[in-house]
Amino acid sequence: MSAVVFAHHGMTPAERLRDAGWVAFVALVLGIPLIGLTTVDAGGRLEVATRFGMLALFVAVAFIGRIALRLTLDHLRVRRLGRERAAAAADGGRGLAQRIVTVLGWFALGAAFTLPLIFSGNRYVVDTATTVLIYVMLGWGLNVVVGLAGLLDLGYVAFYAVGAYSYALLSTQYGWGFWEALPVSGALAASFGILLGYPILRLRGDYLAIVTLGFGEIIRIILVNWTEFSNGPNGISSIPRPSFFGLEFTRRPAEGEQSFAAFFGLDYSPMQRLIFLYYVILVLALLTHAFVSRLRKLPVGRAWEALREDEIACRAMGMNTTNIKLSAFAIGAMLGGFAGVFFAARQGFISPESFVFTESAIVLAIVVLGGMGSQMGVVLAATLLVLIPEFGRNFAEYRMLLFGAAMVLIMVWKPGGLLSHREPTLRLDAPATGTEGAR
Amino acid sequence: MMLTMTGVHAHYGHIHALRGIDVEVQVGEIVTLIGANGAGKSTLMMSLFGNPRASAGQIVFDGEDITRLPTHEIALRGISLVPEGRRVFPRMTVIENLQMGANFSAPDNFEADAARVFAMFPILDERQSQRAGTLSGGEQQMLAIGRALMSRPKLLLLDEPSLGLAPIYIRRIFQIVRELNRDHGMTILLVEQNANQALKVAHRGYVLQHGGITIAGSGEELLASPEVRAAYLEGGHA
Repeated sequence: MSAVVFAHHGMTPAERLRDAGWVAFVALVLGIPLIGLTTVDAGGRLEVATRFGMLALFVAVAFIGRIALRLTLDHLRVRRLGRERAAAAADGGRGLAQRIVTVLGWFALGAAFTLPLIFSGNRYVVDTATTVLIYVMLGWGLNVVVGLAGLLDLGYVAFYAVGAYSYALLSTQYGWGFWEALPVSGALAASFGILLGYPILRLRGDYLAIVTLGFGEIIRIILVNWTEFSNGPNGISSIPRPSFFGLEFTRRPAEGEQSFAAFFGLDYSPMQRLIFLYYVILVLALLTHAFVSRLRKLPVGRAWEALREDEIACRAMGMNTTNIKLSAFAIGAMLGGFAGVFFAARQGFISPESFVFTESAIVLAIVVLGGMGSQMGVVLAATLLVLIPEFGRNFAEYRMLLFGAAMVLIMVWKPGGLLSHREPTLRLDAPATGTEGAR
Repeated sequence: MMLTMTGVHAHYGHIHALRGIDVEVQVGEIVTLIGANGAGKSTLMMSLFGNPRASAGQIVFDGEDITRLPTHEIALRGISLVPEGRRVFPRMTVIENLQMGANFSAPDNFEADAARVFAMFPILDERQSQRAGTLSGGEQQMLAIGRALMSRPKLLLLDEPSLGLAPIYIRRIFQIVRELNRDHGMTILLVEQNANQALKVAHRGYVLQHGGITIAGSGEELLASPEVRAAYLEGGHA
């Protein structure tokens, strides 16, 4: 059988034929008893009949199939080698894979902008796309803490809840609008981030994960039990929706207000509000992306990454690790808070049930599956993790199985995450641009 | 006097790691600390950096008492540490590592400082867009030294720079230490297990044993001292 080996060098056509010949021979040997000879029922007794035509076909299929298989495998191997080389070269220049990701990113952006126009009548699509974007935003927020700063946070949903409840309470109790409440809620979430950050400054890894997990649960339990404050498990309902520069998305606007549909002379349709909400979260997400990408190139972002790489080295560089960690927690929490505000405004109703540990786990899964620190990876992973359970709806009770299987497969196939390539923030190929890139 | 440590004690929890250390480093000197594993060499270096903080005694750097300052404040005063085991940022490129070292330096200095490091270590120039984790051990050590130099320190602390390196790189690293001192006037405090090489490049040395200084003297004196020879040189690495 030595002829049928997975050769590690390129094969010549003669070698290919010999290899396929061997496989055909084995097929023939096996095929004579299995296919070539068969029994037929001849008036109550069995007779052996031959099917050499079928056997010949079988052997031919094995022969051709073997050649095709080898060619495919070799092709894949060459491609993989090419990719590895490209990846190695990407350390120097911009690799092909990176360019593809960039192109895909622009394509995804275009698709994101046109999606509600194409599916303007399909409520389900717009709703699902909005959910994807919420998770993208949460993923980008958590990416700051986990992906960039390397602080494993299992209680991220706490900040999401802080944002959502701040908006819900500010709007229902004090009549604040969405746009006024947004920055305030973000700031509140950020201060909770710092609050959580202080006691856990000295923790790392598993210990940090456990404490953050506890923090997430504490916030949820407070929301369940402090009925006077949060209305307990009943949640808060009739949270006002965001308005379009003062124009409401209702059939009959409140006294002295104008509705969006009336102002633009359109017929009222509930889809207008959904599409508007979609664009709100899209813009929020894009702002988040721009913000985080910019931070990565600033000293604070570089310090986060350095902290992830090696905390002791950071100290040796004289970096104040306390401030680095707190800023990561604060900014991650703030972004989570923004997402929470949007979530509350979109749902119109929130209760502690929306902020269970599973949510933290999903957001963390998005960051890890996407590739720690990769912004595009988060988009890809968020899309997958929201869509897989949606597709799985037809399988009802098996959808979580599908979800789990998909996660396992991604981790087997790409242990570093879907897009694990890290784009350097500084290049000095052209000395003139060096310092600009540096600062 | 650049650095004076007087009667410094340090603890790791209940372990009394440093028991009254007196060390002096003068401007332009290479001073080496030698001693066996667990003698307190690295602890001494780290407590100089405020981590762990000295529980008693005084550390004066450049005329200022830095005993109680937080780590990053000490670094700002002009002390740079090349940590044990190199500890470069593995997923960041060479140039980004240097950038991290220049964290506190004025942005305008960056290009000139990076150019100086590249002149000193041409291999880093070739590899400047390569991830630091993919460099060889010796190259990583050069990068760690380069990174420490980016902040234009007055005092450079080198913690076991030859640890785990191929012999050719060990020689190169000691040559670099000598060059830094001779050509760039860098004051260096060098912690080493490789006592022989360390004492050859150092002006003065201290022998550390069980958290205390047992012998102090010039490099040649220590090299010649029968006690040092018996404990750290003979039968050890040549």
